[in-house]
Amino acid sequence: MAKKYVAAAAGDIAEGGSKLVSIAGRDIGIFNVSGSFFALANRCPHAGGSLCEGFITGIAVSGGPNDYRLERTGEFLRCPWHGWEFDIRTGQSWCDPNSMRARQFAVKVEAGADLAKGPYIAETFEVKVEGEYLVIEL
Amino acid sequence: MKLPFKGAIDCDVHLAMPPVKTLLPFMSDYWQDQIVTRYIDRSSFALMSYPSNSPLSGRADWRAENGGAMPGASLAQLRSQLLDPFEHKIAICHALHGAIALYNEDMGAEFCTAVNRWVAAEWLDHEPRLRASILVHAQNPALAVAEIERCAGDSRFVAVLLPVMGDSPLGRRIYWPIFEAAQKHGLSVCVHAGSTFRNPPTGTGWTSYQTEDYIGQSVAFQNLIISLLAEGVFQKFPDLTFVCLESGFTWMPTLLWRSAKAWRGVRAEVPWIDRNPASIVRERIKLSLRPFDAPEDPDIIKRIFEQINCEDMLVFSTDYPHWQFEGDNTLPDGLPQELIQKILIDNPMASFPRLQSSTRAHARVTQEVAS
Repeated sequence: MAKKYVAAAAGDIAEGGSKLVSIAGRDIGIFNVSGSFFALANRCPHAGGSLCEGFITGIAVSGGPNDYRLERTGEFLRCPWHGWEFDIRTGQSWCDPNSMRARQFAVKVEAGADLAKGPYIAETFEVKVEGEYLVIEL
Repeated sequence: MKLPFKGAIDCDVHLAMPPVKTLLPFMSDYWQDQIVTRYIDRSSFALMSYPSNSPLSGRADWRAENGGAMPGASLAQLRSQLLDPFEHKIAICHALHGAIALYNEDMGAEFCTAVNRWVAAEWLDHEPRLRASILVHAQNPALAVAEIERCAGDSRFVAVLLPVMGDSPLGRRIYWPIFEAAQKHGLSVCVHAGSTFRNPPTGTGWTSYQTEDYIGQSVAFQNLIISLLAEGVFQKFPDLTFVCLESGFTWMPTLLWRSAKAWRGVRAEVPWIDRNPASIVRERIKLSLRPFDAPEDPDIIKRIFEQINCEDMLVFSTDYPHWQFEGDNTLPDGLPQELIQKILIDNPMASFPRLQSSTRAHARVTQEVAS
């Protein structure tokens, strides 16, 4: 049965930011993209690099030579090992969206008051009634 | 293996370059005077990538039939050694004249014009099975475009000819006017092995031996494909086909693999490459059959073909009069049977859009003459 882990306090991750957490032995990156939270395994599906430690960036697109545009700023993650680009919202590789994706975890925002009823597992910090928290089920 | 049927389209046939005096009547008075009074007519203008005494440059038995002279020097030879015995439907001939290496771009362009006029008057006018590429002096793209425009009205010219090693990588924007003109007129771009020796033929410097230059040509073709990809030529000119002549092609699997691998990591630098570069190359690059650099084991050949996935890429070439095969065995042994029709006819027709119209035009002329 899935267990509910409190991964971080929602206020810990600003828009455009991320936090690396360790839950039940798994390294997971949590990202705040324009107020929505997404979580990806910190393991690149290509060669196992620490994906979530890469640059958070946009995606370079073009209509042809000499046309450079950066779109969807803050929605992509570039693996620090080989530069592969992943959509933070889906975990999909930009180059191989159908066959290559980073493991994704659902993130829920829950109020401390609800969490106080339990059961949950908070690994590293105290959950307060008045706060909002990011919850991942594994 | 012999050709299994007649009517093949040979995409790489070389005309032996004539002495300069043969070209003089096709030049302006000024250049005729310059070339004679400066003794420039004493130069052979042989492109040093293909020294005429090298055994590879002319098959020995064809040379012997010509009394030791370079084969491909007359239409009679071309007919008796190639067009008639192999029953070609069409042969696309290329005049790799050394003038493309001249630094004086006006003189170079004049020579190219003379060569093209000579090809039309002495070859195309007399043999309906022949088509030709337009020789241009690419150092000055504006002059090259002018020559393309001058020749474009003649549908027997089906391509623009460029050497694989010139002043700069061919994908660079400085060459785009040439590609634009070619695309506009439905001409393909034939890139042939050879260097103008503006740069050393290797990335690390000058070689000692001609052998190195010749083997290294295949590396130059890899550089060409990478340049066309990275510079975005395929996106900029969506209707232009590039035909690699005397390139070899069994090196292609590793190039495609490496291009695809690098693209995944660094594509943001060249964002116009919007899909796997291997699929772009497969659609836009054509490769000539000779030289064929692989063992004769059909199983190995089959595996290579599967790796390249090249059934639409290969076009038939004999590379006449270069020594690429013995006797009548124009096709490499072990060639997949199901690809032969495509390689001999379908792929060449698709690679040179002008073959459709020029074939029709010839049929019309023949009909008119007959009636």
